[in-house]
Amino acid sequence: MRLAFTEDQQLFRETVRDFLDANCTTEQLRAAWAADSAVSARWGELAKIGVTGLVVPEEQDGLGLTDEELSAVLESAGYAALPEPLLESAVAAGLLAEFAPDAGWLERIAAGDAVASVLLPGQPFAIEAAAADVLVIGTEDGEIHVVNPADCTLTAQRSVDRSRKLSAVAFTPAPETLVASGPAAAAALARAADRGALGAAALLLGLTRRMLDMAVEYAKQRVQRGVLIGTHQSVQHHLANVLIKLEFARPVVMRAAYSLARDLPSAARDVSMAKIYAGEAADLAARNALQVHGAIGYTEEHDLQLFMKRAWALGAAWGDAGHHRARVAADLLGDAPAPLTPAF
Amino acid sequence: MDLEFSPKEQEFRQEVRSWLAANVPATPLPSMDTEEGFRLHQEWEKKLFDARWAVVSWPKAYGGREAGLTEWLIFEEEYYRAGAPGRVSQNGIFLFAPTVFEFGSKEQQDRYLPKMASGEEIWVQGWSEPEAGSDLANVRSRADRDDERGGWVLNGQKIWSSRGTYGHRLFGLFRTDPESKRHHGLTYFMVDLASAGVTVRPIPQLDGEPGFAEVFLDDVFVPDADVLGGPGEGWKIMIATTGSERGLNLRSPGRFLAPADRLLELYKERGNGDQVLRDAAVQAWMDAEAYRLFTFGTVTKLLDGGQIGADSSINKVFWSQMDVELHATALKLLGGYGELDEGSPDAVDGARWLDGFLFALGGPIYAGTNEIQRNTIAERILGLPRAK
Ligand SMILES: Cc1cc2nc3c(=O)[nH]c(=O)nc-3n(C[C@H](O)[C@H](O)[C@H](O)COP(=O)(O)OP(=O)(O)OC[C@H]3O[C@@H](n4cnc5c(N)ncnc54)[C@H](O)[C@@H]3O)c2cc1C
Repeated sequence: MRLAFTEDQQLFRETVRDFLDANCTTEQLRAAWAADSAVSARWGELAKIGVTGLVVPEEQDGLGLTDEELSAVLESAGYAALPEPLLESAVAAGLLAEFAPDAGWLERIAAGDAVASVLLPGQPFAIEAAAADVLVIGTEDGEIHVVNPADCTLTAQRSVDRSRKLSAVAFTPAPETLVASGPAAAAALARAADRGALGAAALLLGLTRRMLDMAVEYAKQRVQRGVLIGTHQSVQHHLANVLIKLEFARPVVMRAAYSLARDLPSAARDVSMAKIYAGEAADLAARNALQVHGAIGYTEEHDLQLFMKRAWALGAAWGDAGHHRARVAADLLGDAPAPLTPAF
Repeated sequence: MDLEFSPKEQEFRQEVRSWLAANVPATPLPSMDTEEGFRLHQEWEKKLFDARWAVVSWPKAYGGREAGLTEWLIFEEEYYRAGAPGRVSQNGIFLFAPTVFEFGSKEQQDRYLPKMASGEEIWVQGWSEPEAGSDLANVRSRADRDDERGGWVLNGQKIWSSRGTYGHRLFGLFRTDPESKRHHGLTYFMVDLASAGVTVRPIPQLDGEPGFAEVFLDDVFVPDADVLGGPGEGWKIMIATTGSERGLNLRSPGRFLAPADRLLELYKERGNGDQVLRDAAVQAWMDAEAYRLFTFGTVTKLLDGGQIGADSSINKVFWSQMDVELHATALKLLGGYGELDEGSPDAVDGARWLDGFLFALGGPIYAGTNEIQRNTIAERILGLPRAK
């Protein structure tokens, strides 16, 4: 029994963290807010350290790694609020590897030449669909299509987190775009949804840590009535409560990564637990970090909002708490069948 | 990561499981906080000890099996799953023993540990005093040097000592340097509660039973042989004991997994499709599972040569809150039957949920209150400036 990332996995996570510390600053995040697409030259740089091809099979020039490494790296991406669609691209890559390995997309994703995005059944919007080179779409009736975004009608939306470039996607399924249907497609879509939920959980862990760090730093330097606000127990306890949530969410997310990487029978339930725990940690982190900052945290000018808004968006994306609680309950109490392709 | 148990560990689990299946009393023992119950729990400890299940992680020489941490976790899971009796010796074997192994002399280890493991001597924790609760450094009970007899004369008062009513020996802090302040000048003593000058006054707890006691010391002589570590080293050694209490030892995941599983059963029987209670029951189960995973992480860290340290405060807040929520949910599921105490003809399961609820309510208070734990987390882990 061993619940810890391997040295290689930790190294990967830290390499990405260091890279993003230098290359995904909050000024750059604000630039992503202002741009039409959040995808920048950073995507190519991430490719060089293996990140964009993390789950791409080795035959297609990827690293061929698993959900364990993916979640380790996504934690670092969450810490930086990386605006590129790393998770969506990994979910798309998983489906492409299974049903369209020879289409050439995987090599390009691994090389950082292409951006892929995904739209699963029940998901209302795709991220970066306009900037993506390829879109993998799962339909309500369980088909998987590989689509050129230029052939779709995209209706751009405005997320509270302006770096999430969302659009509604209308497309006409055609025999040329269809890559899978039937039980194999349904199972793959369910697994893709689980990868998405796990990835969101990992991103939320990183976001939680970032907001906690910001609030701790602020509490150590803000003085009121002649004392540092961090000496007040009410402030201390707000932050201690966030750390408790975070420290208990992390092993839950790690276990889900372990289960999903091995396709264990409990994987879906484990992933749902991960999303619930990480979502709650991030929710509390956002609220308490805002409270500790006072009015300055309530401004657009302060960087806290960049992380809070991402946390809110991700809390609801890939299945909200209600959806995942229902899945766990159905599994534990056995009185309702777990939906195979979840509704988001 | 590797979340499987090895074949050897699985074999160990089977062995524990079959022994428990054959030996756990069919009807629950009376409460250990009654005279008869205390004695029966001691007998149960003896039975465990004779089969070498009392202290699985201890050295073989003292009746253990030298089980590793993972095996200890397995043992605990099986123990509570089997519905085996609560451990009347727990404050000795789980909290005090690690300190005796670390700081005690060989002579002290030989003298205390075997009887502690067999349940013959039940140890009682003597930290708190009327003026020293959260502020433990305010200990006033004192010990004066008696060179003639080669020991110390103890005077003062301890309070809230769990199992003090029927227990045999107390470990606690006493001030040996009358000039000293706060955590200086304190010494760690072990006191035979049958000594002349000791008066024990039982205190009924929330459940009406004398689960803890007040201990008055009036010129109680304690020989040098019953001092742990050197004079003045008490605080440092005490920190080691309370670390075990909050850290891994006192509340193994097994203690919560078993009631969490039973809670789901209770929901299936009595939930009537109530969505609020359904969510609460599932939350309790998930928390028990999260606690198990968190503990796996802690065990991994320890096996890699790391230490627990202030992290134990994170642990303590979580399990104590979880325990309260779990039992509160059970009582809600019982509806009008929830208030029925032991002895009511219609009490469900011998009123064990109510008993568990009342027990759980102490968790946020003992072993350092949860407010104190949050102070520790904020200052020692997050590095916030010290509260004034
Ligand atoms: C079931 C049970 C079993 C126990 N068993 C034992 C035992 O075996 N041996 C033993 O020695 N003791 C035992 N205790 C006592 C326990 O250790 C103390 O109750 C505990 O340390 C708190 O002390 P207190 O009760 O004096 O409360 P106080 O310290 O007076 O605290 C009262 C309230 O004030 C808060 N408070 C106090 N100081 C601070 C602070 N600095 N910051 C924020 N909040 C603060 C506390 O959190 C609490 O909410 C037991 C207690 C219980 C309930």
